Amino acid sequence: MTVDTAKSTYATIGEVRQAIESGRATASGIAEAALARIDAEDGVIHSFLSVSRERAMASAEKIDAAARSGNDLPPLAGVPVGIKDVLTIEGLPATAGSKILEGYLPPYTATSVRKLEEAGAVVLGKLNCDEFAMGSSNENSAYGPVKNPRALDRVPGGSSGGSAAAVAAGMSVATLGTDTGGSIRQPASFCGVVGMLPTYGRVSRYGLIAFASSLDRVGPFTNTVRDAATVLGVIAGHDPLDATSSPLPVPDYTADLDRGVNGMKIGVPAEYFAEGLDQEVRAAVEAVIDRLKTHGAEIRPISLPHTRYAVPTYYVLATAEASANLARFDGVRYGHRSAEANTLSAMYRRSREEGFGAEVKRRIMLGTYVLSAGYYDAYYKKAQQVRRLLTNDFIAAFADVDAIVTPTAPTPAFKLGEKTDDPLAMYLADIYTVTANLAGICGISIPCGQSSEGLPIGVQILGRHFDEATVFQVGHAIEKAD
Amino acid sequence: MTQTVTTEDVQRVAELASLELTSEEETRMVRDLNAILGYVQHMNELNTANIEPMAQVGELAGHEALRPDDVATSLRRDAVMAGAPETDGVFFKVPKVIER
Repeated sequence: MTVDTAKSTYATIGEVRQAIESGRATASGIAEAALARIDAEDGVIHSFLSVSRERAMASAEKIDAAARSGNDLPPLAGVPVGIKDVLTIEGLPATAGSKILEGYLPPYTATSVRKLEEAGAVVLGKLNCDEFAMGSSNENSAYGPVKNPRALDRVPGGSSGGSAAAVAAGMSVATLGTDTGGSIRQPASFCGVVGMLPTYGRVSRYGLIAFASSLDRVGPFTNTVRDAATVLGVIAGHDPLDATSSPLPVPDYTADLDRGVNGMKIGVPAEYFAEGLDQEVRAAVEAVIDRLKTHGAEIRPISLPHTRYAVPTYYVLATAEASANLARFDGVRYGHRSAEANTLSAMYRRSREEGFGAEVKRRIMLGTYVLSAGYYDAYYKKAQQVRRLLTNDFIAAFADVDAIVTPTAPTPAFKLGEKTDDPLAMYLADIYTVTANLAGICGISIPCGQSSEGLPIGVQILGRHFDEATVFQVGHAIEKAD
Repeated sequence: MTQTVTTEDVQRVAELASLELTSEEETRMVRDLNAILGYVQHMNELNTANIEPMAQVGELAGHEALRPDDVATSLRRDAVMAGAPETDGVFFKVPKVIER
């Protein structure tokens, strides 16, 4: 059984805009329809953790008022969007998929969300995810898993599973997710939608509940590459509230979308097509490479020799950073406080024991272990050194090629429950995505066909630091050639 | 190098991390940490003797991250305190700090 995605009224930003500008629809009507669709479909999918009906209708009415008075409409006027529940919005719940933040109402709004709303987007609600964005299947959400709209016995991927599923099921035209080791691209691949990882520093992380601060990124999910380019253009840019956000100007990512790949040099890294890659995924990605060649791209075999060390490196660095970031959840300033503690130290321990789920505890433990006395050099420092080697692999490769094409994930969506008992097997679902986070480069996952069982397959395009424009151009060419 | 994580290690690290694991959680944690760290050991196949550690990628962008140290408004106290588990409106309240 699958959800009938054909019922979706508006799939793209362009369709919404045209409908409102021509007077065929109002932003309020579009918001009502999207909310009705959530009511009807999301009982099964479970992509939303909370719905912000009042806020959505107030935003939509503002757009309708602007349209009535003949004002120019902002770029995302009336576009129904959903926000991963690790991004804060003042006065709306922000659980991060965790019991420890149940009932918390943050007093501030993430910069990326503020920019979306200022551009006219209508926020429908907050989207389900793995607890603190830790997971590759969405099964680590304290509020229950999301089901893949394309195959309800399958995971939607993670950690931004709700963000991918909400677009795939037609409940949102665009959503925001976050990606620390593949958490946008892998679910996009599993659910058959577009998911974009911007360069580190391109989008402000202010208001993102931190998992691993040197790796965390905010990025969009959409049905088309053009829409991903439009949304990134809105949310990107320097933010005084995030010292790691870049002052580089934000180009118009949609301007050269149609330029094509003629004359472009595109690298194919042997290490991403080795043992462990599903044969149907391989065939689909190789078909994409053939099409790029047909459209005039020069395909070059390349090597990223340290690839096999990426997952070990990632799980040292990400957990080390997480153990520090999650120290703030102690029952003092916000979130859950244990009722059964008479002293401060017992209150810390019990609040955390009661509030965190198994995977979060595992990562806090691993991160604390690798940072602890006697192990720092062997694990944490070592991983930072390997991170440089991995980054140098990409810098060397991008001296010769304009973009790199790989599978997004080694397999299509796996079954719910299939990997929940084996953390290491789950970590390996990120094998082709963690490298971009470690190196800080940008990337995108684009649907490129399906398996014999009808499961979506995604192809990943990786680009140089701050060269999202090229990634979008290649992605758009692949999409059009389908 | 093969590191073996023992139950005592798990208890020591849990204390550092302010976690209070049940004995069932401890048993599973010993198993999982050994499996993950066993896999992480692959990093040691690489000679990194002369490689500068890389904490974050901002250095590659080469931009100035420092801003002027100006006074600016912060979050409103009442909005922050509204989210606190226990407060008198001015301070966060916590259980007894000194144990005797």
